[in-house]
Amino acid sequence: MSAIPTSTKPARRSHLRTLRFRETLAAYGFISPWIIGFLAFMGGPIAASFILSFFSWKMISPPKFIGLRNYVSMFTTDDLFRTSIGVTFKYVIIAVPLAQILSLTLAILLNQNVRLSGFWRTVFYLPAIISGVAGAVIWKWMYNNELGVINNILANIGIHAPHWLYDKNTALIALIIKGLWNVGVPMVIYLAALQGMPRYLYEAAEIDGAGEVAKFRAITLPMLTPVIFFNLVMGTITGIQTFAEPYVMTGGGPENATLFLGLHLYHSAFGYLKMGYAAAMAWIMFIVILALTISQFMLANRWVYYETGEG
Amino acid sequence: MIINHTTTYKLRIFLFGNRFRPGFIRQALVYGLLIILTILFILPFYWMLNTALKPIKEVFTVPPSWYPSPPMFINFADAVTNSYAGSSTPAGSIPPMLRYALNTTLITVNGVIATLFSSSLVAYAFARLRFPGRNVLFLGILSTLMIPFAVVMVPQFILWKNLNWLDTFWPLMIPHWFGSAWNIFLLRQFFMGIPMDYDESALIDGASHWDIYWKIILPLSTPALAAVGVLAFVYFWNDFLGPLIILSTPEHFTLTIYLTNFMIPLQKLTQWNLYMAAAFIVTLPCMILFFFSQNVFLKGITISEFRR
Repeated sequence: MSAIPTSTKPARRSHLRTLRFRETLAAYGFISPWIIGFLAFMGGPIAASFILSFFSWKMISPPKFIGLRNYVSMFTTDDLFRTSIGVTFKYVIIAVPLAQILSLTLAILLNQNVRLSGFWRTVFYLPAIISGVAGAVIWKWMYNNELGVINNILANIGIHAPHWLYDKNTALIALIIKGLWNVGVPMVIYLAALQGMPRYLYEAAEIDGAGEVAKFRAITLPMLTPVIFFNLVMGTITGIQTFAEPYVMTGGGPENATLFLGLHLYHSAFGYLKMGYAAAMAWIMFIVILALTISQFMLANRWVYYETGEG
Repeated sequence: MIINHTTTYKLRIFLFGNRFRPGFIRQALVYGLLIILTILFILPFYWMLNTALKPIKEVFTVPPSWYPSPPMFINFADAVTNSYAGSSTPAGSIPPMLRYALNTTLITVNGVIATLFSSSLVAYAFARLRFPGRNVLFLGILSTLMIPFAVVMVPQFILWKNLNWLDTFWPLMIPHWFGSAWNIFLLRQFFMGIPMDYDESALIDGASHWDIYWKIILPLSTPALAAVGVLAFVYFWNDFLGPLIILSTPEHFTLTIYLTNFMIPLQKLTQWNLYMAAAFIVTLPCMILFFFSQNVFLKGITISEFRR
């Protein structure tokens, strides 16, 4: 365990202390880039953002202290803020669980000893490589009312399709479906977890005559709960920050049906130059993320199973 | 139990023949689902390529056709030379999209090298050295993962403005030389798996910590570095919000900004065939990288997989 060589030289106390000191010095040397970077690009801006959130500042005139007014007006006068919170919540509540179901299904299928497993895996992971703008551009074209492929297919099977991105009732659904195309990362994490499952549990269950469904419910699912939990938390954190898809595909419309919090914040900061207000909104976003993460951790006690725990 | 199982098996063979051996229905179900899902997942790629190869006339036919006739490979060249926002390409200068590709390449290459170097440096200290404050600082790094970009976005913008860095590549290049939390975490996990004996015997031989980092840990960690590298490549190549806020003159745009601006020049009708051709070109480097280093990618994602 000790990093101090004792075999060649007599380990005198002062010598030992010098080595310890040198190690500490070296360590701080190694992490100094992060410390400097943190102070300059994270810590400093975080503090500035917090202070700024109590100011009204439009860039052209000097900032004016207004106390909590930014936060108050967010909840009282800014209808768009409430809309954007609603849109973001709706998206997260629907899209994140659906993404778990889909990515877990894909992982289970890939884990069935199938032929060409590399091929299927590539296909399902590939969209994650081009997530963001390019993917959004492709889907925007596919959702095109008359010229798009989706409505063409739906028309062929006799379904009267909506206008998707131009209909306030379906625009958010369209973004959720597009989001499901990007489940490559959680899928790979599930797959790795499935492949790491101990065989003997299944063998024991088979001896007891357990069927597929019983094995899944009694072994696979409980063993996977830590990974499901991890993916849920990560999915929620990224879901709340959704930006590129609505920016490219809808611009927040129609009638603000896809006005995500990130988009509203971007408009406030760089469209209306309400810097103080945008900073306050960002803090609300952080609090929402923090609250959801903490509550997920608290709920986790009830359903997440840890091998080394009391279970 | 076992007897029971073989009896049912014999019964099944007797009734249905070999075709319905146990697991047949299950196999059919698995492959059926895989095929259906594959079609759904590939459709966007197919539609991108299909549209990219269509002559413009065919883009606007209703219902849309499922294959281009004739396939117009010239569309890819047109997408590259297509100038937008009303600005015509002055004679002798490079086509806009090529310029954006160069800008994006510069930012991406810098980002990959910067991330690999700085994150491994910090990760080395947290994985291999003992020093006061180690655990607190590491927790600090991890907790920054929860802070949304939006929180630092506005103050950073003001910082770049005061440094006169707006509309330059500096804000997209410099900050990545200071380590990124997620990659520090990934590399630390990997470094911790390397036996400490190496460090100890190197120290006895009089090696410095820098020597250990540079000559022992990094060479032993090429799989993890490759994983972080390819993931960083994809991240920087696709980055959107950063360039969107910082870059304002067209000459400085990146490919993702270019893609969002593609439809501006044509006012009413978007040349979807050129648009899709451009989207294909933008995604191509990442797809090629993925095809050649799939396992590296997948390892990178699952290094983070925590084991209890």
